[in-house]
Formats: sequence, C-alpha cells, structure tokens
Amino acid sequence: MTDVAPRSASAEGEPYDVSHLPLVAPAATTGLLEVFRRRYLLRLLVRREISARYQASFLGIIWSYVNPFTQFLLYYFILGIVVGLGSRFQNFAVHVFCGLVIVSFFTETFNAGTRSIVGNKQLVQKLAVPREMFPVASMLVSGYHVIPQLVILVVVALFYGWTPDPVGMLGLLVALLIVGTLGTALALLFSAANVFFRDFSQVVNVLTNFVRFGVPMIYPYTLVSERFGPVAQFYLLNPIADAVLLVQRAFWVGTTDDPAEYTRLHIPDHILTIGLGAFVGSAVVLVIGQLVFSRLENKIPERL
Amino acid sequence: MTTSIVVDGVAKKFTLRYHRTLKQVTVAAVRRQELSNSFWALQDVSFEVQQGESIGLMGLNGSGKSTLLKLVNGVMRPDKGSVLTRGRIAGLIAARAGFHPQLSGRENIYLNAAVQGMSEAETKRKFDDIVDFADIGKFLDSQVGHYSSGMTARLGFSVAVHVDSDIFLADEVLAVGDRPFKKKCMERMQEIRDSGRTIFYVSHAPGSVRKMCDRVIVLEEGRVGFDGPTNAGIKYLKYDSKPDEDDTDDDLGADI
Ligand SMILES: Nc1ncnc2c1ncn2[C@@H]1O[C@H](COP(=O)(O)OP(=O)(O)O)[C@@H](O)[C@H]1O
Ligand SMILES: [Mg+2]
Repeated sequence: MTDVAPRSASAEGEPYDVSHLPLVAPAATTGLLEVFRRRYLLRLLVRREISARYQASFLGIIWSYVNPFTQFLLYYFILGIVVGLGSRFQNFAVHVFCGLVIVSFFTETFNAGTRSIVGNKQLVQKLAVPREMFPVASMLVSGYHVIPQLVILVVVALFYGWTPDPVGMLGLLVALLIVGTLGTALALLFSAANVFFRDFSQVVNVLTNFVRFGVPMIYPYTLVSERFGPVAQFYLLNPIADAVLLVQRAFWVGTTDDPAEYTRLHIPDHILTIGLGAFVGSAVVLVIGQLVFSRLENKIPERL
Repeated sequence: MTTSIVVDGVAKKFTLRYHRTLKQVTVAAVRRQELSNSFWALQDVSFEVQQGESIGLMGLNGSGKSTLLKLVNGVMRPDKGSVLTRGRIAGLIAARAGFHPQLSGRENIYLNAAVQGMSEAETKRKFDDIVDFADIGKFLDSQVGHYSSGMTARLGFSVAVHVDSDIFLADEVLAVGDRPFKKKCMERMQEIRDSGRTIFYVSHAPGSVRKMCDRVIVLEEGRVGFDGPTNAGIKYLKYDSKPDEDDTDDDLGADI
C-alpha cells in the first residue's frame, strides 16, 4: 500500500533502527515513471484541479456540458445555416465539433500544462515531489473534460443516425492517445521553460491560435487536398490534424447519408496507419521532452 | 550508531535577479555592464548527523538555514558537494508549506500528507489525530486561504508530525503560532526526539533550542561558524546576553 520509498523505520516498531535503510541523495526520484508510481498523489492533484475549477459555482460540473453544447449550437447556426456550408457538406457542425474535441483537449493541455509548475510554486518550492507530476496532472484534467464533449458528440451523432464501427472507435482511441502524448510532451517542455521566462506562456497562447487553424476543423480536409494536391501530405505531418481526421472518421462520416462516399472524399486514405505513425512521432517528442525537462529541472525550485 | 545525514563540502549558488526584461538586457549590454551577479548562499558546509541527534540550526536571517534545509529535504540540489540522507524525511519549511489556498483544510490535509509520502489508508487512519492536533475546529471545511497564518502553521505542523519519518525538519515553524500551540509543538517535537528520530530545528529562540537540541550548528553567511554543544553554540551567537530573555517563561516567545 505504500506509495513511496524509502519506508520509514519508525513504522516498523521498536527498537528504532534505520541501519537497514540506504544512505541516498534526498532529491525526489524523477521522471514520468515515478509520476505513475505515485498515482495516489497524482489523483489528488487532478481532483484538486477539477474541483477548483467549479468551486463556488452553483451548477458545478454541469457547466462542462453547457459550454460544449452551446458551442455546437453556434456552429450549427453560423456555419450550417448562415454561411450555408451545410448544403455542400452534410452535418458540417458535427465536422467542426469533432475538431473542437481534439483541439480543446490539446490546447488546454498545452496551456494549463505550461502554467502548471509556476502555478504550483507553493508545493514545488517546499516539498520534494517529481516535478513532472504537474504537467501530467494538467493533461489528465484536460482529458477529463473531453468526456462531456464526447458524450455530446455521441448524442448528436446518434440523433443523425450514426452507428459506431470498430475501425472508427479504434481511430478515436488513437486520436486521444496522440493528443495526450503530444500534449504532455509539449507541456513538459514549456512548463520548465516557463519557469525561466514567463514569456513562454504567451508563446503558447500564440501557438494555440495556429493549432486552431492548422487542423481541418472549420474547413474540410478536401479543401487542402484540392488546393495543394500532392503537397497536402505535408499537412498530414501535423499529428493534431491526423487526430482530428480520425475523430471525423469515427463520428462525422457516420452521420451522413453515404458514409463510404464521404470517407473516400473527405478523409485521406490509410488514416489509421497515418494516425499510428503520428502516435509514434508524438511518443518520440515525449521522450525528448522528458530529457530536456530532466536537464532543466534541477534549477526549477530556486528560480520560481 | 548510524549516520542519518551526511553533508559533504556543500555549496549552493544563487543568482540575485533572474528575470530581466529585454530592455534591461539591452541597456546593460550597450553599457557593457555585468548581467548576472550570483553569490554563494552556502559554501564548504560539511557535517555528519547521527540517527537520533537533534540539531539546532541557528544564524542570522539570510545566513542560509532554509537553503540548507531545502538541500536536506531534497527540494534543491547542491552545486558542489553532496548531501546524503537515510530514511524518510518530513517536516515543515516555512509555515505555509505547500497549501493550496482555494482548497479546504480537509482537502489540504490529504494533499499535503500525500506529498510527504503518506498513503491514502495511512492518512485516513491518522486523519482525526491530525485534525485534533491542529485544533482548527469548525474551519476544517472552509478554505485555507481564509485561515490566519497561525492556523495554517498549525495545520502544516500537524500533518508533518504525523508522517512516519526518520528525519524531521522544522524551519521557524513556531514563529506564528500562539503560546498554547507553541507549547504543544515543543512537547510533540520532544516526543519525536525521544523516539529516536533525527531532528533539524531552526529557531532564533535560545530557550527552545536549549530544550530541544543537544547540538547546535551556527551558519554565518553560508559557512559553518560553529558546530558543537548547545550551550556553547548559544554563547557563540551571543544570544545569551540579552537580559530579559532567558529566565522568563518565554522560552519560545522570541522565535522570530
Ligand atoms: N531561490 C533563491 N534565489 C536567489 N536567492 C535566494 C533564493 N533563496 C534564498 N536566497 C538567498 O540566499 C540567502 C540565504 O537564504 P535563506 O537560506 O533563506 O536564509 P535563512 O533561512 O537563514 O534566513 C539569502 O540571501 C537569500 O536572499
Ligand atoms: Mg529561513
């Protein structure tokens, strides 16, 4: 049941003797693996973030449903009815919402993760915890907020007559893995950098704007492939774009009258394979992020 | 005898100002001024502590006491030399140790205990004791941001003393508590000491150091100025000479 080494001798009763314990450097062992070894603490941190967010609000967690649902309605009216994309692309609001699920998971992980270490100053300065804990917790909190969005997406999709298919669901899983991995990687890098220069949280704000438009959310992938032809494959090097396409493959095409035709026209071939490639790429970035983090981490407490 | 803490040739360097704006950097570069000025907060610090010893760490403000404690509890790493410890470490570095102002006292107890390495079951088991000791009564479920500094300190101290640790660190923890609480803390720390755990106690109050500690280390501008028996250490600091301090019951009062 213990969460942490080393065990204290005092827990083992009389006579008091610590000679069996090793003499070691007291700094917390670090790294992402250590974070998962201390998952009880991680759970508390995640719960704390979630409850802090809805603290002092009467409706509480209901807000996390209200917000995405009103967004969906907005897209439905603006893009589907006012702009009129609904006639060319069936259920374009669902198309956008699929993108929104991924983009908000990613940008929230990236933004909150970047601020996480500075924001937890109090803890970082006084107690020896693996500092990776905080960006990872931000990712999990953002991941938690994906759940209500997925619920709304499923309800809306069912309403349009969608039925789940195994390839699509596998794609959804891969998409979430891509975003979780890449988001954690970037959160690690930027959270450490943000300790040294607070400018980095501003940089992240700017970057997330690019993300919003760098994925096929408010425009279909077809536009990109029509305009750029073979060059469009470089567009697919963006893992977040792949994740968005995977979710659209999972939900949006299934809500249309002719899913096979929509998949052929609007989703790149072999999207699942591309997605798996993007996941491997994100994992590589995560390893790099961890390496950089470990190098910077030493100086974090004194610079806060 | 088992060694509990080995501090060997430790030095720690800090930079005076870290965050500069582009403007400041440019101006300094144009004028060819030096940009970063660093200083050694600790230098050549070496000592060994045996398990069960209780050490009073004394010295003027800014002499490096808190920095040394942060090296011992592993928050910071030395720039030179090494720090080695045996067993689990708990304690309180400054009164507001890692509390989240928006969370309730209850939630903070769980969080703080987890950070110090307590499991969920252990925290549940000790929860009532922790609350009793902190004696925050009906404020347990209101947010810590609204606590007085004394109450925060009580909560922090209470969690720290309930961790099964082998080394206990206390950095000016009694400075903000009221007198009954200080007394209770002293008693609890004496219990901790008598149970054979190692104690590092930072205080400016000679009376309480005399009660608690059998050895004193005095830091002077980051170097060990004195390391030896308690009374000699207090004499070395000349804290003794103040007339009004010692004989009164105010052993703890001067814990600034
Ligand atoms: N993170 C930090 N960055 C820069 N200087 C620091 C930092 N922490 C402490 N210092 C400086 O190091 C010196 C020692 O500080 P400290 O260990 O807190 O002293 P004490 O606890 O004995 O009062 C002080 O001059 C303080 O200003
Ligand atoms: Mg201090």
